[in-house]
Amino acid sequence: MNNREKRILLGHGSGGRLSHELIRNIMLPAFANPALSELHDGARLDVGGTRLAFTTDSYVVKPRFFPGGNIGKLAVCGTVNDLAMCGAQAAYLSAGFILEEGLLLSELTLIVESMRQMAVAAGVTIVTGDTKVVEKGAVDGIYINTAGIGVLLPGVNIGAPGVKPGQDIIVSGYLGDHAVAVMSERHGLTLPAAIASDCAPLNQLVAAVLTAVPQVAMLRDPTRGGLATTLNEIAAEAGVGMILEENTLPVRPEVQAVCELLGFDPLYLANEGKVVFIVEKEYSGKVLTILRQNPLAAAARVIGSVTAQPAGQVALRTTVGGLRLLDMLSGEQLPRIC
Amino acid sequence: MLLTAEETARAARFFTDGITCLATRPVRLMEVCGTHTVAIFRAGIRQLLPAAVELVSGPGCPVCVTPNEYLDTAIAYSRRPGTIITTFGDMLRVPGSESSLMAEKACGADIRIVYSALDSLAIARDNPGQAVIFLAVGFETTAPTAAATILQADKQGLTNFFVLSAHKLVPPALKAILATPATKVDGFLLPGHTAAISGLEPYRFVAGQFGVPAVVTGFEALDILQGIYMLLQQLQQGQAELQNQYRRVVKTEGNPAARDILDQVYQPAGTGWRGFGEIAGSGLELTAAFRRFDAQAALPLTVAGSREPAGCRCGEVLRGLITPPACPCFGRHCTPEQPVGACMVSVEGACAAWYKYGQGRWSCE
Ligand code: SF4
Repeated sequence: MNNREKRILLGHGSGGRLSHELIRNIMLPAFANPALSELHDGARLDVGGTRLAFTTDSYVVKPRFFPGGNIGKLAVCGTVNDLAMCGAQAAYLSAGFILEEGLLLSELTLIVESMRQMAVAAGVTIVTGDTKVVEKGAVDGIYINTAGIGVLLPGVNIGAPGVKPGQDIIVSGYLGDHAVAVMSERHGLTLPAAIASDCAPLNQLVAAVLTAVPQVAMLRDPTRGGLATTLNEIAAEAGVGMILEENTLPVRPEVQAVCELLGFDPLYLANEGKVVFIVEKEYSGKVLTILRQNPLAAAARVIGSVTAQPAGQVALRTTVGGLRLLDMLSGEQLPRIC
Repeated sequence: MLLTAEETARAARFFTDGITCLATRPVRLMEVCGTHTVAIFRAGIRQLLPAAVELVSGPGCPVCVTPNEYLDTAIAYSRRPGTIITTFGDMLRVPGSESSLMAEKACGADIRIVYSALDSLAIARDNPGQAVIFLAVGFETTAPTAAATILQADKQGLTNFFVLSAHKLVPPALKAILATPATKVDGFLLPGHTAAISGLEPYRFVAGQFGVPAVVTGFEALDILQGIYMLLQQLQQGQAELQNQYRRVVKTEGNPAARDILDQVYQPAGTGWRGFGEIAGSGLELTAAFRRFDAQAALPLTVAGSREPAGCRCGEVLRGLITPPACPCFGRHCTPEQPVGACMVSVEGACAAWYKYGQGRWSCE
């Protein structure tokens, strides 16, 4: 075997810089079109005069069950949230299953049941699907792909061009809970009861904000790659800088402790129930009030602002007053967390 | 001690103001330890210091100072049939002369990341037909857990567990630096966690023999600011002492229990450092009673033709002779995604810290 030829590495799936290079160098040139090139969580489309959003995602999480959820719950919430991040209300979902020979039917039933519950909670219907079974060892138990379609909320225009210096950056709650819950299960750590995955459908929360404040410039859920990578993507797309204040970043002390133990940075950890809003300062009070009324976003707060410099990059003002770059995730911090 | 954000900011201002007052002439301070390097960059400390105070990184990143011969040997073992390599994650991406462990893993070698040396024992028990080789890399801080693992393996009667030892001791490398006049270090921030094991005694020669002030320092931003402040106070008063800023963790006598375990299993030996070559008495080899756990003794294998990556100046970075942006590769064809040398690969590497936290790549002001 030629060991010098470039191959797919786990880091290519981390959501960080390597994933971006893969998409930019291999996927985009092949499939280029205006909807794809926005590189949003989903494509925004015009179908016969109706503004739709369309998205797909595959779930390969290991372990399949973790504190606060399982792969099925993730598969529904993830796709519902991707639509919400385009400014759309999710309507219909598809579900494709790749099952490993030998998977327990009881496990599959639990997973499917939580998909049903999440669909009900989010107000979406799973209307089509597919099931394949592959030989033992070909997949790790179960992989799920979901695709979703939804209708864009009127008057809402989420996208990088609206992001401007002077705007506030708001995050809806504590960072890193999901990744720490999954990791602890994977490594057999016993966690304080407080840390369960934050996996949840965010469509109603987002709709409440967007209905009251359609001026929101940008929305993104900081999943793979975490808050730091998500903000870097936005800064690069919008050609703006961002400065975050370290002492405002919401991280639970328990999450911080686990991170220190395992050598991870919570700002790069995956979340499955959090959302970042970028909005003009004059509206941020209103956005915060609406967010804090919802239990999913009770800890919402402003964590920094959009600036002109450093253009295309994100900086962090530390608790001792220093300023440093907050880079994109490079390589894999957590292979296949979601 | 938990401080509020307000208190932290106030304490930080106290030290930075003090440092600014005391910095009446240019001084060059070396943070020996990679954990310090990262903490300094993470907290943005370099920008809080007046221009007269220059910080330079030293040889305290265990992954960085591990020479290519070691990596080439580990890679050769990973290709050996019936072998499982266990390692801490940061060794995976370090390029050897021809390949890296990560490239070997992608091509099918059985290489497993562990979070503790002890995890390797379970792997050895579950795979009785395979040789499990733990890549034992690290300083005084990690060596005792590797030693404890070997004692466990001995107790459990495991015959398929081995270590490939690259353990290193910090004081001999410091001596090598002090003996290099070109480095010109006016003061040292010494690693708190290695001193927590070894105690203060092994570091006394820095001030005693070489007349250079040194402060054993903790890893919070405030610890580091205080450590720098203490060094500047000594320099201002023309003193040269070994001081302990990190008294809440580091005792004068260190941790005798950990040292006992270490002494049972390991004895000092010469070993090679990237950038320095062989340094006498700076490594740890297994004592005769435990030599059967030494991979190179039990499963001999020779590797020839190791060489450093072309153009890489890690050797000079590690000796404090240059800062990373002085390397022509830095940020051009050497980045964390496409690293050329170990200092850009390791999470504690000086090049990685300079790059990741933006110095030499953007201007914060
Ligand atoms: S920048 Fe890269 S090539 Fe240059 S010294 Fe650092 S690791 Fe080596």
